[in-house]
Amino acid sequence: MFQATFLSPDEWQAVRLSLLVAARAVGFGLPLAIAAAWLLARRRFPGRALLDVVLHMPLVLPPVVTGWLLLLVFGVRGPVGAVLQEWFGIRFVFTTGGAALACGVMVFPIMVRSIRLSLEAVDPGLEQAARSLGAGRLDRFFTITLPLASPGVLVGAVVAYATSLGEFGAVITFAASIPGETQTLPLAIYAALQSPGGEEVAARLSLVSMLLAMAGLIASDVAGRRLAARLGR
Amino acid sequence: MSLTFALRHRFEGTALDIAFEAPDGAVTMLFGPSGAGKSTVISAAAGLFRPDFARMAVKGQVLADTDTGLWVPPERRRAGLVFQDARLFPHMSVANNLRYGQRRAAPGPIGFDEVVELLGIGALLARRPGTLSGGETQRVAIGRALLSQPLYLLMDEPLASLDAQRKAEILPYLARLKARLRLPILYVTHAIDELMQLGDHVVLLDRGRAVAEGPLGAIAARGDLPLALRDDAGAVLNATVIAHDAARQITRLDAGGVTILVPLTYAAPGAALRLRIPAREVILATAAPEAISVQNILPGDVRAITIDAERHAALVELRLGNQGILARVTPDAVRRLGLQPGSAVMVLFKSVGIEVSPG
Repeated sequence: MFQATFLSPDEWQAVRLSLLVAARAVGFGLPLAIAAAWLLARRRFPGRALLDVVLHMPLVLPPVVTGWLLLLVFGVRGPVGAVLQEWFGIRFVFTTGGAALACGVMVFPIMVRSIRLSLEAVDPGLEQAARSLGAGRLDRFFTITLPLASPGVLVGAVVAYATSLGEFGAVITFAASIPGETQTLPLAIYAALQSPGGEEVAARLSLVSMLLAMAGLIASDVAGRRLAARLGR
Repeated sequence: MSLTFALRHRFEGTALDIAFEAPDGAVTMLFGPSGAGKSTVISAAAGLFRPDFARMAVKGQVLADTDTGLWVPPERRRAGLVFQDARLFPHMSVANNLRYGQRRAAPGPIGFDEVVELLGIGALLARRPGTLSGGETQRVAIGRALLSQPLYLLMDEPLASLDAQRKAEILPYLARLKARLRLPILYVTHAIDELMQLGDHVVLLDRGRAVAEGPLGAIAARGDLPLALRDDAGAVLNATVIAHDAARQITRLDAGGVTILVPLTYAAPGAALRLRIPAREVILATAAPEAISVQNILPGDVRAITIDAERHAALVELRLGNQGILARVTPDAVRRLGLQPGSAVMVLFKSVGIEVSPG
């Protein structure tokens, strides 16, 4: 109904695609971000500082550069892209998956930062207590550390999701702007502005963008507070 | 002996070299000032801290032996560990805290309902740790450790964060626990009341060494240990109730062949009691005085005399029946009575000056 009265089918497609791409970016990125955050928060190993820097690069690099680097690595002739193409028939360039990958890489540092902070706030004494009660490493992580860090994980995921919806530079560089495939909300808005008389379309999509961003922030705040209350803080 | 422990470790500035044995079904008190190494012993015994050298066995099962490279990690030691700060899991209910260790242990003799009953925590099961009082929190922490079906219990100042009232509320639970379990219990404290009420066996620690070890009665009656220098020094005697004299409002106790009178108690005849007789309450005389209010006038032998030069006091160790007692008098009194090791003296102490607690 909303779609029929407010958005055209093409515009609606861009909205749906954005939600899907962001979901994939966060869905695949989150477990990796938790692992990386845990490594940075709890382990001391050679190359730790370098890993920290590399993970944070997308935050400070121009997104176009990140997109181009992704093309180099995951492109059809790139070292990883060629292998994926040849062995598994998976192609990232100019696909929805590629848009999700670009978004995932861009928001990865956001997730890692938030998760790492909350992991560092978990009292190691509680993990020791769990250990003395017979819990092994993974057991401790999933029953004590991760639940106690869950507010940070959740906030990181929600903020990353909302940020993914607005990702532009890396997506357009790596995945291009193909309607229905890789043309997410910001790309659609940009395309609309480029075509004559597209201001109205751009305005409508921008409004949707703003609503989604606001919903994301409110959701993260509410969920974070609920979880914190459940954790007895 | 059911738990044997030896540790050597060099920290910057200090070195620890501690070895002792802890009997089964008894509370072994690790007692000493802060910095003596008490908590290091507990961490090493739990497996959370790995010292330069360790050798440890519980009920014949070796848990650590640096010589053979054996080091069982904490999660496989079956140590029931109770921390000073409880460390309940804030995101779980009391019931789930209690079951955390139980779910990860092989079925054992310690049942959920029994522990809940023993510690009086039935009404707390659905609550979150954040809503509990200090005393309740510690009782849940003790229950959680017990339900992990431990081979031995480690208690690191479990009552130190509680005020006197909460402490008094929890001490009887601990006494019941000891009677019920056949486990070696290591208990760290620097509070003399916990030592006296719960201790069976004592390891006195000072600057990284075990300066004395033995049954509480024998250690508390020694005049040459740091313990005797405290204002609240005093011997601990084990006694059983013989009979009550309702007319005189007095209870007669047997303490290793010696009859001691205390104000009327409610313990049944045959019940075991623990008596603490503060050293400064004990009077020595060469002959039994007559017409005196003191109820307990007993013959004893002087075994040793230690002079506390700093406080101008003399600590006289005496034998009373088969147990020891400690008297703090002035060096002048020692001179006037001509006391020396082997002297026979009369030992006087008021019945109202005796601290009586369940044995």
